[in-house]
Amino acid sequence: MKHSKKEIKIKGASDMPEMSASLGSMAHNKTASWRNLKPVIDESKCIKCFICWKFCPDAAIDFTDENTPPKINYDYCKGCGICAHECPVKCIDMVEEER
Amino acid sequence: MKKVILGDHAVSYGALLSRVQTIAAYPITPQTLIIERLSEMTANGESNAIFTKVESEHSAMASTVGSSASGARAFTATSSQGLALMHEMLHWAAGARLPIVMANVNRAMAPGWTIWTDQNDSLSARDTGWMQIYCQNNQEVLDSIILGYKVSEQVNLPTMVILDAFFLSHTAEGVDIPDIKEVDKFLPPYKPEIKMDINDPRSFGALTSPDVYMEFRYKMQESMDKAKEVITREGKEFGKMFGRKYGLVEEYRTEDADTILVASATVASTARAVIDEMREAGQKVGLLRIRVFRPFPTEEIVRVIGGKKKVIVIDRNISFGKTGIFFDEVKGAFYNYTGNKPPMFGYIAGLGGRDVTPKVIREIMDDAIKKDKPESEILWKGVKL
Repeated sequence: MKHSKKEIKIKGASDMPEMSASLGSMAHNKTASWRNLKPVIDESKCIKCFICWKFCPDAAIDFTDENTPPKINYDYCKGCGICAHECPVKCIDMVEEER
Repeated sequence: MKKVILGDHAVSYGALLSRVQTIAAYPITPQTLIIERLSEMTANGESNAIFTKVESEHSAMASTVGSSASGARAFTATSSQGLALMHEMLHWAAGARLPIVMANVNRAMAPGWTIWTDQNDSLSARDTGWMQIYCQNNQEVLDSIILGYKVSEQVNLPTMVILDAFFLSHTAEGVDIPDIKEVDKFLPPYKPEIKMDINDPRSFGALTSPDVYMEFRYKMQESMDKAKEVITREGKEFGKMFGRKYGLVEEYRTEDADTILVASATVASTARAVIDEMREAGQKVGLLRIRVFRPFPTEEIVRVIGGKKKVIVIDRNISFGKTGIFFDEVKGAFYNYTGNKPPMFGYIAGLGGRDVTPKVIREIMDDAIKKDKPESEILWKGVKL
């Protein structure tokens, strides 16, 4: 089994562990490519209630301190839009991804 | 130390002596006495295991999977409807290659509502990747729990130790309870190669593409094949240490026999008396008890009954639309056999806990012996028409 940062190469069964355990945590599994709509926070309107941070089902919104608006982690955000839906001041826009 | 104990309590002692570290269980008749006794053992300090009360059997196995994956020697017990409810998690335990040992008390499936024994509950879990041991007495129950961990921890597959409802679970028998220090010599602490560890985070059982899924299944089958050797070797080793040897199958007076009865669990232990009685009358009959059903002992079965004149299989189970399940598999074992294939008679008896007495077994034997070949694939014993 060869493990580079990008991929794991497996020859076959003789080369594999018995159980399907990854070589690292899910932190390596960046899921941003699943996203079609991207949440964008308008920081000028944000009231720093952190409701979006609480509701994010993937823990993809980062909290710094209570005086700083939350930051969306675009490596993991799948674009579900729950943050935009829950935001009480509607300062999160879902913007179409450009690829 | 010899004690007169119930089959359920033999399970509890087996778990205690194996120094299990976690027990998560939900009560169901006739398994309740197992976990009742284990909860006492954990409460009074006899066992250091963490005892978790859960809200269902699905949760019992899910919790057991979690603790086993984190490196604990994990135990649970169930029966019938409970085993059916945890079915999804049975696949998880085996697929995640966790050496869990679970006792299942064979109880027939509802409806009609029943608490009495037959094997359809555990046989419905046949293809989950669990090893299955069908026990014939309380001593074997206790010993098989200890042996279960010894084997499972070498092949990374879980073991189901199976005992008949009431005929074992609630029947008191003399059982030799080995000294825990002796058991320690046989069964060292569990040390997994990979486990859940916050200092070495991994994801377990995550999305597996068609590229590698099949290879994981290939490896499970490889381990099942290896388990045959490990069960045989450890069963002998256990015999050297404790005076009781165990194998995949058990033969009784088979050597010069021309008719072989194949049975499992308590039907097999009862059948021994019938074999003796018929031997005394000069009939050349013998018994093959299938102890381990998964992995299936094809070679041993063919070795014992190949070339015999007649084979009679008693199933306390049925695969609806086919036949008795042991009968079907015993027949299958002979497909590639080039020698003289014996005619096989498949009887179904004792469903839902109906008694399979020496008289019933004798009638089955006499019926098969007088016939050249069975008149149908299923021979129903004692069904009232």
